[in-house]
Parts: sequence; C-alpha cells; structure tokens
Amino acid sequence: MSDMIISPATDRRRWLEQVLATLGLGFSLPTLETRAAARRGSQRPTSLITLFLAGGPSQLETWDPHPGSAIGGPTKAVATRLKGLKIAADFPQTAEVINELCVIRSLVSREGDHHRGVYLAKTGYRPDQTLTHPSLGAILTKERWNAGIAIPQHVSLGSDQRPARGGFLGAQYDAYKIYNPGGRLRNIASRADKTRQQRRLAGLNVVSRTFRRGRTVAARATQHRLMIDRALAMMNADQLKAFQLDLDDESRSTIDLYGDSRFGRGCLVARRLVQAGVRAIEVTLPGWDTHANNFEGHREQAGILDPALFALITDLKQHDLLDSTIVLVLGEFGRTPTVNPLDGRDHWPHGFSCLVGGGGLAAGRVLGATDPTGRKRKPTRPVEIADLLATILSRMGVEYGKETITPIGRPMAYCEGTPIPGLL
Amino acid sequence: MPVRDTGETIDHMTVLRRLVPLLLVVAALLATIRGISSRNTVNLSTPATVPKRFAVDLTTSKIDQWFAERWSSEHITPATTAPPLAILRRLSLALHGTVPSLEEIREFDTDGRPQKLERWTQRLLTDNRCPTYLSERLGRALVGADEGPFLAFRRDRFHAWLAAQIAADRPWDRVVTDMVSGRGLPTGNPETNFITIAQIDEEIDAEQLAGRSVRAFLGQRIDCAQCHDHFFDPRWKQAHFQGLAAFFSPVRFTPLGIDDDIDRPFQVTDHADDTPRVVPPSVPFGSEWLPGKGTTRQRFAAWLTDERNERFDRAIVNRLWGLMFGRPFRAPVDDLPDPGDPATVPLDLVAHDFRDHRRSLKWLVHVIAASRPFRLDSRPNPQARQSSPGEMTSEELRRQEEAWAIFPLIRLRPEQIIGAMLQAGSIKTIDRHSHLFTRARRFFGEQNFVEEYGDLGDDELSEQTGTIPQALLRMNGELARELIQPGLFSATTTIARATVEDNALCLRTCFEVCLGRQPAAEESEVLGEWLTGTRGEQREQAVEDIFWTLFNSPEFSWNH
Repeated sequence: MSDMIISPATDRRRWLEQVLATLGLGFSLPTLETRAAARRGSQRPTSLITLFLAGGPSQLETWDPHPGSAIGGPTKAVATRLKGLKIAADFPQTAEVINELCVIRSLVSREGDHHRGVYLAKTGYRPDQTLTHPSLGAILTKERWNAGIAIPQHVSLGSDQRPARGGFLGAQYDAYKIYNPGGRLRNIASRADKTRQQRRLAGLNVVSRTFRRGRTVAARATQHRLMIDRALAMMNADQLKAFQLDLDDESRSTIDLYGDSRFGRGCLVARRLVQAGVRAIEVTLPGWDTHANNFEGHREQAGILDPALFALITDLKQHDLLDSTIVLVLGEFGRTPTVNPLDGRDHWPHGFSCLVGGGGLAAGRVLGATDPTGRKRKPTRPVEIADLLATILSRMGVEYGKETITPIGRPMAYCEGTPIPGLL
Repeated sequence: MPVRDTGETIDHMTVLRRLVPLLLVVAALLATIRGISSRNTVNLSTPATVPKRFAVDLTTSKIDQWFAERWSSEHITPATTAPPLAILRRLSLALHGTVPSLEEIREFDTDGRPQKLERWTQRLLTDNRCPTYLSERLGRALVGADEGPFLAFRRDRFHAWLAAQIAADRPWDRVVTDMVSGRGLPTGNPETNFITIAQIDEEIDAEQLAGRSVRAFLGQRIDCAQCHDHFFDPRWKQAHFQGLAAFFSPVRFTPLGIDDDIDRPFQVTDHADDTPRVVPPSVPFGSEWLPGKGTTRQRFAAWLTDERNERFDRAIVNRLWGLMFGRPFRAPVDDLPDPGDPATVPLDLVAHDFRDHRRSLKWLVHVIAASRPFRLDSRPNPQARQSSPGEMTSEELRRQEEAWAIFPLIRLRPEQIIGAMLQAGSIKTIDRHSHLFTRARRFFGEQNFVEEYGDLGDDELSEQTGTIPQALLRMNGELARELIQPGLFSATTTIARATVEDNALCLRTCFEVCLGRQPAAEESEVLGEWLTGTRGEQREQAVEDIFWTLFNSPEFSWNH
C-alpha cells in the first residue's frame, strides 16, 4: 500500500502499525472504521469501475450501429431510453439504462496493436521504452487513497492479460489480480493452524532481528516487515467478504441478474468492492477480437455484456451508489467499417465508441459521430483517450496535469489530455 | 476423418491426445537414462586455476585504488570484507539466479585451495545455468519484456541464441553487430528478433530501434529527442535522433525475414509546415568512425562498436555491474555522463581494459566479482559509525552506498526468489543434470510464480519496494507450501529424518540451505526449541515451520 499518502490520520495509523510491527503484533491491528464507505449518494468518495472489453469491440455492433448502410453489416439497431439514440439490437437491456450514461462515438487512438492499444487506453499515453506510465486506476488509488480499508484499493477482476499497472508510481499501485471473481482469494489463508502460525511469526521476529543487527537503517528501508504486517492485516480484514459471492448475503435474483458468467460475477464483485470503499476496479471481458465471424462473435459477447452492464447500473442505483461511482465501458480500439472476406472486421483506432457516466458526470448525452458511409476516416468531434481520462481524473478531484518526477528524473504529467466539457 | 474398424470416428487431435502420455513416458525414460549416463561422465568441479585470459589483477587493482582514494578523501570507512559464503551467495544469485545448493555449500566450505572465490566464479560461469540466466537478464535491455508481435517475434529463440553467445564468450561487439545488422527469419536467425520486436502494424519502427540501440549499447537516453531537442541534456538534439533512426529506415520484414530495402529513405514531417522531409543517416559524434560501405545497419553497427567509441564499452560495464550488484554503478543504467566524467572513472578504467580483453563478458564478470566493493560486507564497519553509538544514520548510510563502501541491500528479482526457494527445497543442485521432472517443476513453478509475483519488465534495475500480494504469495502461496511440506523427496523431511539425534545439526542445515549461514545464538535458542523432543511427523512439521520462517525473512528475499 501507499507510503506516499501523508495525512495526519494515516501518519498516526502508520506510527501505530510500526510500533505494533516492532512488537511483532502488527497483524493484530484492526481495520479502521469505514465511515466514508458507509456514506451514500454524492456525499460518498467517488470510485471508478472500468468494464474493459479486451480485443477491440466493434463500434458498429455495440453503441454506434449504422444499419442499412454500406458498412453496417447485418446488425440491427434498437431504440433506447434516450430519445433519438439507437444502439445495436443485441443490447436490449442496456438500452433500458443507457440514459444514465453518456455515449462517445468519436474516440480516437493512435495505436492499432493490442498491447500498445491497451496501454494507451489504460494510461492515456503511447508506450514509451524508457518508462511505464501509471494506469488511471493507479493514479486514482494514489491520489484518493482510502486509509480506512485493509484490502487492495486497485483491483482487476477477470482474465486480463494486461492488467492495469502502477508504472513509475510503484508496484504497490498495480491492480490486485483476481482471475475468478466471486471465489475465495488466492494466497489469503494461512497454510498452518493458529498455534503454528503464531510460532512461525514469532520465529520471523527473531530472524528479522538478526538481519537488522548493525544495519537497522538499511533493513528498515526494505519495508519487508511492513509488507508482511499489511498482508497479515489483509488476511484478517472484514472487507475481504466483498470479494466473495458464496456468503448468502446477495439474493439469488441479484446474482442471476448479472448473468452466469465470469464477467457477470466480476461486475457484481465490483459493486461490492465499491461498497467496501475500494477506489478503482476493472472488470475485463476478453473475446472481442473478431477478425473472423465478427457478427456472430459480437452477438455472443453481447449475451455476456448486456445483462451484466444492465445489472451493474441498476444495482448501483438501487444501492444509491451510482452518484459516487463512475462507470466506464471501453476497449482498446474499434473495428474497421469494412468487412473482410472472413466476415470479420479488423482493428480500427480511428473512430470508435465507449460509454461513460455516473459519479456526478453528465448523463444522457451523445458525443461525436462516425461517417455512415465509412469513407471519412476522421469522426466529427474526435475525442482523444487522454481527454477521457482527464475528465475522469478531474471529476474525481485529481489534478490531472500534475507533474511527477519519474524515477529516471524526467517530469511527467499524470495526463496530457483536457477534460471534455460536455461530460462535466 | 479416418474411420477405425470398430466404427468409432476419431480425428487427428484425438490421436495426438492419446499419444501424448505415451510420448511423455518415453521422454522421461530417455531423460532418466541420459541423466544417469551424464551423472557418470560429467563432473562439474571447481577448476584448479582460473584460465590466464581471465586474469583481472591489473584491472581490479586500478579500480580498487580509485575506490580507496575516494573513501579516504571523503573520510569514509568502508565495510569489512564479507564472509566468503555470503560472496558465493551473491555470485550464485547474479549468475544463476538462485542460492547455492547445500551440495555446493559443503564443497565450498571444504575447498582450501588458493584463489577460492576466483575459481568458484569461473566454475559458476562455466555452469550451463549461467548463460541461460544471464541471457534472460541481458535480454531485458535488448528486446524488453513485452510479448512482442505475434509470429514475428520469438523470445525463446532469441534467448537461446544469446545464451549460446554468452556460453561461447563471443566478443560483445560481434554479438551486437549481429543483432543490429542481422538478416533472415526470427526462427533461423534468432539475432533478428532484436529488429522484429519493433514491428508495429506490419512496419518496423525505426525510431524505436534507434532509441533502444542507443540506450542498450551506448548507455544514453535520447528518446526525448524523438519529439523535441532534449530539455535537460543539451547534448541531444532532435536532429541527432532522426539521423540515427534513419539507419533503420530501410529495414523490411519480407517473406524471407528481415532484410534491407535500400530505396526507402527516412522521412519526417515538420509540425511547423506539415511537409515531409527526407533525413539521411547520421551520427551525433564520431562521424569519422562511420564506414562508407555496407548497408545502413552494418555501417551503424560498425560505428557503435568502433574501438574509439568509449560509450559502447562503458555501457556494458555499467549494465553488468548492475546485474552483479542489483544496482548499476551509475543509475539510471542507460543515462550515463560523457566518458571522462570524474564520477564514473571506474567505468572508464574497466571499459578500457575490456576492449583489450576482446570484449569478453566473462572477463568482465571476473573483474566485477573480484573488485573490492563486490566483496564488502552489507553491514557498516563498526568503526565507521560516527553520530551515535551503535547505529549509522540514513545520511551516513547513503554516503556509504553512494561511494560503494558497503554492499547495498537489494530486493531480489522474482526469478531469484523462486529460484532460491526451489533450490532450498532440494538438497541437491538443480541444474541441467537434474531429472527432467525436477527441471520441469522448476520451469513451470518459476513461470507461474513470476507471473503472480509481478514481472519487473524493462525496469528491472530500478529499485522498488515489495508489495502486499508478494508477501501473501511468499507466506501462503501454493508453490511455497509444496516446497516445504513434508514428503518423500522434500528437503524438510530429508533433513528432519537425517538429524533425529542432533537438533543443532538439524537447525544449522536448515539455515545453511535457506540463508547460507549458521544460526545466531538467539535463533538457535528460539527456533531450536521447536525441535526439542520431537520425532516423526511432529519433527517434520517443526522443520517445515523453520523453513517457512526462513523463506519469509528479509534475509531470504534481499541480496546482502
């Protein structure tokens, strides 16, 4: 966890942690009261849920269909709660809640390769060989640290090959990875019974003391013991329950609403984590890279995304959490207007779509448009990904242009974009 | 689909699936037979002397002299010399990515011949684990840690090729020349993976290759100059970067692999007037070293590796220093001042002699391993403590570390931690002579562990603190449990059973296997108590708890 968060409250807590750590009792420290997390509505500190659609979803088969045009393919459109807005017909449930969000139909990226595209989508920067930029979630976690919880504040749910990283902010801001949301966490339970665990920890104190002898300063700088104490605090944290779906504290109907998929369970866990006070969560749905059988592939994907997204928005509203939770639905790029001989669409970073809203952002707006003939590459009112990230940072009260001196001595702004006025 | 007599329809995949177990059994049998025969014929022992070509006395005396003068002028009392076993551990971690095995420790202890550490350095360098491990570490600087373009980039081939170059001790300039100017397919000519990693959307990114080459081979960062003149370093202008990128502009990925297309000049578009402009290949300094003949890449390679290009040799000296210590002599590893800078004199001294020793990486390892800083203790010299009795302040420690008057505490890389755990969980040395199953366990165990622990990527020589998930993985992870839980072949059971009558020996063995040292008095008292009066399962559990304690100690996961 962060060692850079300096506030009187965290200082006191750290002091107490260190005293207890010295006595070998650091793990006994109970987690702080989570009053902030218990607040409701817009009074609550804002969290971010990113539904990451890995592989590059087609804008034409999701939020920007052009039925009947040369580029539209067989995809049909359906009317939504938002007057005049139509989305792909495979998203009937999303159509019922899309008025809570905004649709951007003119996103542009400069990367058409998966690895590089994901990097840009998550950090706002193009890959740079000399340093790794922090992802949006890592910046939020650092700048909006919740001192009240003992579980990770930046979490990646589902099978993501490229989970969000802390980059030059440090590995402590990397997303905590959970491949199978809803189940028991890996490595969280001690492998020994209580008596033996206590013996092991007492032994650890002795061996650590030998190591410190004559080099207290250097040994303390390793923060080795601090990490162990925090890991022990996490093992005993009440908030761990937020990760589990087998505790009978969610109704069957709620679980069913999200759909029987890893992604659906991830979305439900994301809502629970927001309740627990976690700052940034990404839930990944892979499988959008439809170079062949684009339309069939997207129909299958919609079958997973549609119920989960609908359930998430509905559930957040029911729990009075939507005003304090930004929901972002994004992939690394879109797909070509033209259909290839394998009935697929290829990578297209020149004009694609995303959904964003909640957390006090505007709702029910549609920004930008792509050319229905597919001839014009550039969309109207193009939006850079960095602008989207700057909007979210700004809404969450983070100075998006803040410069940090990176470990290589080069100053670097969190984000080089500018907030999008239409979303704030 | 073929149809069998029974009428059952099977496809080729089914046949393959059914054959796999059989093939595995055959492979295991062959490996066992090979293992037995190789055990009889291969005897990797410590050489009686170090080959003359690796003589390093003249070079080490020069740099040791420089350090001694620096310490004296700055009134720094350096640490005392570290115990030999601690130095062996450092060498083993740097060259094999693992701690020494109990076998090796015992042999090292009983080796009373002169030049012990030099001979053991030579032994570790000769061991097959060394080129494999070093190629992985050096590879980070050469091709990064990203997955790279599908099919065009073959990391496995590249590492195998690089390992072969290291094993053969091929001169570093030749290795670099091959990478920079190589042609052919990434499978048949693996050196070309240095080029293909830069493929983006079917094109080879010349700017990426220019930036990487200058960082990896010259120890300079000029990437900023890709977009503008370097803000902080007036040495580098945008025109320099563009001139360097132009050397890679003709590279093409053809059906026959990497090749040069001479008709493709490097074009840039100026923001001011939006018009494209052709930039010819050019170098920022030493243009007289640039040959007139050859492909642009061959010419660039000749310029890079020219004997007058001091930056080339300084860069690899600094990087190898970083791999040996865990911290480069000058950080960041690829942002060095100009040759001759007073702060980096040791780099100049070693670089000069490196050139005269046919740019041998093995020679370079010998030099660094024999240098005074490498052999210093990681605890401050008791006589150096100035401000308060018994303790050095952070400021004093920082001064000591900056002057290399103490061996720095460096967090081990994930591969080193899992390598050390796997080795400690086995009494015998895990190397190419180990059984296929042992090696497979190491291979897969390491892959999974590193993935979960968090790969450091290209930033491997930047220092970072640990994380909570890492602590959880060490404490409660599946592999850690498997390695220490009692079982027929586990080290814990073997040690528990072999030392039933001798608790002190039992504890000492655990400490030697995990930490490479003997227990201190307090440790003997507290941890030794766990063994008192135990037998059978209870004793095995006590040893398991000792192993857990040692695996989770700072001493285990930090180089010291």
